Amino acid sequence: MARRRAEPLVWLLFTSGGLAAALLFPVLLVLFGLVFPAGWVSAPAQAHLLSVARNPLTRIVLLGLCVLALFHWAHRFRYTLYEGLQLKHLSKLIIVGCYGGALVGSALAGYLLLTGL
Amino acid sequence: MSARYTEFHPRWYRPRMSVFWWVRRRSYLIFVLRELTSVFVAWSVVFLLLLVHAVSQGSKQYQQFLNLSSNPWMLALNVITLAFVMFHAITWFNLAPQAMVVRLRGKRVPRSWVAGVHYAGWALLSALAAWLILG
Repeated sequence: MARRRAEPLVWLLFTSGGLAAALLFPVLLVLFGLVFPAGWVSAPAQAHLLSVARNPLTRIVLLGLCVLALFHWAHRFRYTLYEGLQLKHLSKLIIVGCYGGALVGSALAGYLLLTGL
Repeated sequence: MSARYTEFHPRWYRPRMSVFWWVRRRSYLIFVLRELTSVFVAWSVVFLLLLVHAVSQGSKQYQQFLNLSSNPWMLALNVITLAFVMFHAITWFNLAPQAMVVRLRGKRVPRSWVAGVHYAGWALLSALAAWLILG
C-alpha cells in the first residue's frame, strides 16, 4: 500500500524534474561544458559568479533544479534497469538505490547551496 | 507471481528475451536512448554542483574547475551530455501537448500552442541564465 501511495508523488517529481532539466541544463551545459572550456568566450570571473549564486532566488532555483532533476533520474533509471536490463526481480534493491541516491544527492545539493556558499 | 498449488501445476512458458532486445529496431533503439538521457541529466547535476562548490571555495578552486572542464575527456563527456540533454528537452517539449490537455473557456487549446509556450519559455529562461552568467 505504501508503495502505491508513493507512486503519484514520484511520478510528479519525475515530470517536474524532466521539465526543469529540459529548461535549464542545455544553457548551462552549452556555457560551462563547451563555450568556456573551448575558449570561444572567456569564462566569467569567480567574484561575479559568487554574487550571482549567493542571490537567494538563484539558490532556490538551483536547489529546486538539482533535487527535481535527481528524482527525474531516479524514476526513469529505475525503469531503464527494469526493462533495459530485465532486472525486475531486483526491484527492491533498485528502488532503494535510485531514490536513496536521489535523496543523498539532494541533501548534498542543499548543503552546498544553502550553507556552503 | 504466487500461484495456488494444484495437483497438475501448469508449466509457465516464458521465452527468454535477449538483454539487447532494443538494438534490433530503430524505434526501440530511440526509446532506450531516450531512457538513457536520465543518466546524463544526473551527470549535469553533479557537474553543476562541482561548479557551485568551486565558486564557493575561491578563485583558485574556480580556476581548477575551469582547467578540469577544458580537459579533452571532460569536454567530450560534456558535449555528449549536451547532445543527450538536448534530445531529452526536444522530445519532452514535443510530448508536452499530449500529456497536458489545456482548456480555455471550454475549448481545448491547440497542441501547437502548448508546445509553443514550452519552447518560448525555454528560450526566455536560457537567455536570462546566459545574461546572468555573462554579466
